[in-house]
Amino acid sequence: MGASAETLTGKPAPGGKGQVRTFFRRLRNGDEIAHIFTLVFALTILLLACLLVYELYAHSAVSRHKFGWSFLLSRSWDPVLERFGALPFIYGTIVTSVIALLIAVPLGVGGAIFLAEFAPTKMSDGLTFIVELLAAVPSVIFGLLGIFIIIPIMRESVDPFLQSHFGWLPLFQGPVYGVGFLTAGVVLSIMIVPFILSISREVLLAVPAEQREAALALGATRWESTWQAVVPYARVGILGSIFLALARALGETMAVTMVIGGTPSISSSLFAPGYSIASVIADQFTEATGQAYLQSLIELGLALFVLTIILNGLARLLILATTKRGTAH
Amino acid sequence: MQYRNARRKLVNVLMLSATGICALVTVAILIAILAYLAWNGWHYLTWTFLTQLPAPVGQAGGGMGNAVVGTGKLLLIAALTGIPVGLIGGVYLAEFGGKAVGFAVRYAADLLNGVPSIVMGIFIYTVVVLPMGHFSTLAGGLALGVMLIPIVVRSTEDFMRAVPSTLLEGALALGVSRWKGVATVILPAAARGVATGILLSLARVAGETAPLLFTSFNNQYWSQGWMQPIASLPMMIYLYAISPYKNWQQEAWAAGFILLALVLLVNIGAHIILSRRQSVQRG
Amino acid sequence: MEDEALGKPPQARSAKIQVSHLDFYYGSVQALYNVSLAVPQNQITALIGPSGCGKSTFLRTLNRMSETVRHTSVEGEILLDGENIFSVDLVALRRRVGMVFQRPNPFPKTVFDNVAYGLRVNGGTRGAALADAVEASLRRAALWDEIKDKLHKSAYALSGGQQQRLCIARALAVNPEVLLLDEPCSALDPISTAKIEELMFTLQENCTLVIVTHSMQQAARVSSHTGFFLLGRLLEFNETNILFKRPGRKETEDYITGRFG
Repeated sequence: MGASAETLTGKPAPGGKGQVRTFFRRLRNGDEIAHIFTLVFALTILLLACLLVYELYAHSAVSRHKFGWSFLLSRSWDPVLERFGALPFIYGTIVTSVIALLIAVPLGVGGAIFLAEFAPTKMSDGLTFIVELLAAVPSVIFGLLGIFIIIPIMRESVDPFLQSHFGWLPLFQGPVYGVGFLTAGVVLSIMIVPFILSISREVLLAVPAEQREAALALGATRWESTWQAVVPYARVGILGSIFLALARALGETMAVTMVIGGTPSISSSLFAPGYSIASVIADQFTEATGQAYLQSLIELGLALFVLTIILNGLARLLILATTKRGTAH
Repeated sequence: MQYRNARRKLVNVLMLSATGICALVTVAILIAILAYLAWNGWHYLTWTFLTQLPAPVGQAGGGMGNAVVGTGKLLLIAALTGIPVGLIGGVYLAEFGGKAVGFAVRYAADLLNGVPSIVMGIFIYTVVVLPMGHFSTLAGGLALGVMLIPIVVRSTEDFMRAVPSTLLEGALALGVSRWKGVATVILPAAARGVATGILLSLARVAGETAPLLFTSFNNQYWSQGWMQPIASLPMMIYLYAISPYKNWQQEAWAAGFILLALVLLVNIGAHIILSRRQSVQRG
Repeated sequence: MEDEALGKPPQARSAKIQVSHLDFYYGSVQALYNVSLAVPQNQITALIGPSGCGKSTFLRTLNRMSETVRHTSVEGEILLDGENIFSVDLVALRRRVGMVFQRPNPFPKTVFDNVAYGLRVNGGTRGAALADAVEASLRRAALWDEIKDKLHKSAYALSGGQQQRLCIARALAVNPEVLLLDEPCSALDPISTAKIEELMFTLQENCTLVIVTHSMQQAARVSSHTGFFLLGRLLEFNETNILFKRPGRKETEDYITGRFG
């Protein structure tokens, strides 16, 4: 007889005729009711995700039909003539994110190596908690600090310094405003360091002790065992943490909007004001008049959404792969 | 050979210190932020600030009472909509989830969690604001509510799964049906963690600004009912920070102080509660 | 080639549980092969064998706890008082056939609430009646005198041995006719083990007990009948003193004399 009723995981095992009977019995016990009741709520989550994708897609139809794929490559952003292209914002998003990563990756990975490998456990846990608090600080607060602390510092010290020493690079030419790509990148870097640090630390802590002991037993210094044995073992997971941070940086809105300057232009100078995808949406959405304008902004949102979903998915796969069994070979 | 060994030792010391500095710099940034914000914000914080309406440009005084109330109202809607879905969805994943459905729901939650907050704003704009024709408290609250869901789902599932399955077996062996076992043993055992997770998620969305930009928008006055635009602390910080008026900027600091204090207190509290829970269960 | 001694109680008097031709599968892996056995009423039956031999799996089929694992299936028949357990209500079955697990698993509630749990959830006992029932169960579990002052403390504050007896009290509170014990002493010290063994003797007056144990001494001390499992088969089942003194099979003898891998 197919004795198959309930399991701890709630799924009936295969069992034919017995199943119908047990279904009714479980209905009487309330198990099926509880199952269906919770299922409805779980499916709501699924529905919301589908609805979100659908809404973004449907409400960018005008823009998608009018401009096609050239939307992503056009430089013009002209609300009067209703000609819209995403290139300046894609440029701004990439530039600010790259600056942020250039600063945050060494800082975050370095800090993670210290906390995972060298610091005493108590100190490591304490500092990690503080760093994770940093991740909980709302974006708008970073914007506030950006405006009143970082912009003055950039305008008075950092930008002039870069200009006088590296002014031969096109990156550091042109007038200094204080606001602009570089400042946005710096603010972003502070915001994403905690993610890189705390996840990289976790990945490093998951490296089996034999790895470092093996290197130490061969006469390696502590740094050598860490850099040559532990870090390579965890590299895919560290990469995952960087991807995750990148996804945050791309979608980051308020802090960037408050310090990037707000100009839809592409400039080789990092001192120049610009826009990221998220910040142009934040800035212009409520003022957008006309379907093409509004829907172009929504299409920008769709592009941002697709990008972050891909990055997030990749990041999760990478982190999962290393914390489970380390980087192969 | 000796030279080589000395060099290796030097590199060792240098790199160890370098990583230490990285950690220190990161921590120092947080401390600096806290200190600066506390110093500035505390300074401008007054009782009228918490209770009165904003004063017109150029006039002294005034406050953000409407934004304090507004953030409260937005969080209330968010909690009423987001928590039930997240909580019960989490129970489903932990206790009833089949393989395929469980995977799909988890994936959807991860997807929602990864959505940039500005995109969440667009979403609620298209499904709530457009049909209604105007910005509203309801729309802002729903935007925050949707953002709550993935966080609550995940923490609920995690904390319920952390309850040893032997407890449910113990209940089943007494002749208790599954759902009663879940409701009377697993949920109470996980309650502290689940509640902490909910609190953390509320603290997180309380500081969100981007989803409110074109859902609840802003309001210079007290917002009546649930269908009008409404002021909120993060929105006020944003608008006042980018304003050219000195007294508005000072109020932005004060509002930033309140918001940060709220977020940090909840996070630290949650940390303490959760670490205590573990030590009790081990003992 | 099952012995004819198998499948029938050694003395033909009242079998509480009658198992015939039981096969058990985890997915496509067979864990029990054609097990037949009669559990005598109001006595203690011990099941022994090397780990992985199927004795715990067998025990868990008796109150269908085995079904909490995914993709398992059973063939064969188990009769409780002559009634097929696969056609009775699952919840009602487990109320009649209680279980104590390998590691103590008290709920994260007070001592009192742990014992009262089954009565409360199964409906209706309240107030003084509930308090009386809790006291009676704790007394039957020989725990009352030790912990009557700690009734409203967390169950986790008790020692491991006390926790296990609390779990027994919790199972007894719903008045089961059969109590299944799955290596109940494996996590306990010798003194606590002795207390639980004593307890089992007193319990058999109004309860049928089946205990899985990895300790042959324990089986020999407490049980009236013993079954020896090997590789998913019940190789031998007999009165305990016969099985231990004159085992009918070579494998049994090897196992009980410790010559077994």
